Amino acid sequence: MKRLREAAVGAWEFVAGDDWLTAVGVLAALGLTALVSDPDEAWIVMPLAVAGLLALSVWREARKRDRT
Amino acid sequence: MVSGQAVGLVVSVFLACAVEAVEALTIVLAVGATRSWRSSLLGCAVAVFALAATTAILGPRLTSLPIDTLRLVVGGLLLVFGLQWLRKAILRAAGLKAQHDEEEIFREEAEAARAAGARHPGFDPYAFTIAFKGVLLEGLEVVFIALTFGANQGRVGLAAVAAVAAVLTVAAVGVAVRAPLARVPENAMKFSVGVMLTSFGIFWGAEGAGASWPGGDAALLVIVPLVLLFSLALTRALRAGTAEGRVAEA
Repeated sequence: MKRLREAAVGAWEFVAGDDWLTAVGVLAALGLTALVSDPDEAWIVMPLAVAGLLALSVWREARKRDRT
Repeated sequence: MVSGQAVGLVVSVFLACAVEAVEALTIVLAVGATRSWRSSLLGCAVAVFALAATTAILGPRLTSLPIDTLRLVVGGLLLVFGLQWLRKAILRAAGLKAQHDEEEIFREEAEAARAAGARHPGFDPYAFTIAFKGVLLEGLEVVFIALTFGANQGRVGLAAVAAVAAVLTVAAVGVAVRAPLARVPENAMKFSVGVMLTSFGIFWGAEGAGASWPGGDAALLVIVPLVLLFSLALTRALRAGTAEGRVAEA
C-alpha cells in the first residue's frame, strides 16, 4: 500500500512538476470543454484557458522571485 | 505527402530530445572524464536501453486506446508538459531565471565526482550510477513526449526515429568537440518545444473532449503562431516589469 502511494505521488510529481495549479487547471479546462454541449462552440474554451493558465503561472513565479 | 502534423511531430520530438541529450551529455562527459569512461558509457547505454524498452512496451498499448480517449489523455499530458517548458523558457528569456550553463554544470558534476572517493580500477559504480540516472531522468520526459505525439498520429516509429536522430547528432557533436555543448541555444529550443507541445495539446485536448475546430487540422496553422505570439508578449511584459523594478530600486 505504501509503495503504491509512493508510486502515485511519484507519477503525479513527474507529470505536474513544480506547478500543480496549472495541471489542475488543464484538467478543469478539459472537463469544461466536455461539458459545453455544442461541439462547434466548445473549441474556444481551451485556447482561453491555456492563455489564462500560462499568464497566471508566469506571473506567480515572477512575483515569487521578486519577493526573494 | 508529409502532413503538417507529421512535421510538428518530428520537429518537436527532435528539439525536445536534442536539448535533453545536451544536458545528459554534460553529465556523462563529467563522470567519464573524472572517473571512468567505460563505466560512464555503460551507464548511458543501459539507460538508453531502458528508455527504448519503455517506448517499445508502452507504444503499442497507447495506440490501442480509442482515438477520443487517446486525444484527451495525450492533449492533457502535452499541455501539462508544454506549459512547464514554456513557463521556464519565458522566465529565462525575461531574465528572471538563470540560463542553463552547461560549462558550470560540467564543473559541478566533475567536482562531485572527484569528491566521491577512490576510483575503482575496473567497473566504477559511481560513474555508472550517475551516468545512468542522468540519461534516464533527462530521457524519461522525452519518451513521454515522443510516445504521446507518436501514438496520437499512429506514428510512434517516426517519433522514435526523430528521437534517435537527435541523440546521434548530439553524441556525434559531443565526440567531435569532447566538451559540454555550451553554445547550443538551449532556451530558444526549449521555447520552441514548449510552443509546439502547448499548441498540439490545445488542439488534441479540445478534440478529445468533444470539440470540433473550425477548419479542422488547418486550425493548427493559427494556434501555433498565436501561442508563440502570446508567449513572446508575456516575455516582453516581464522584461519591461523587471526593468521598471530596477529603475524604481535605483
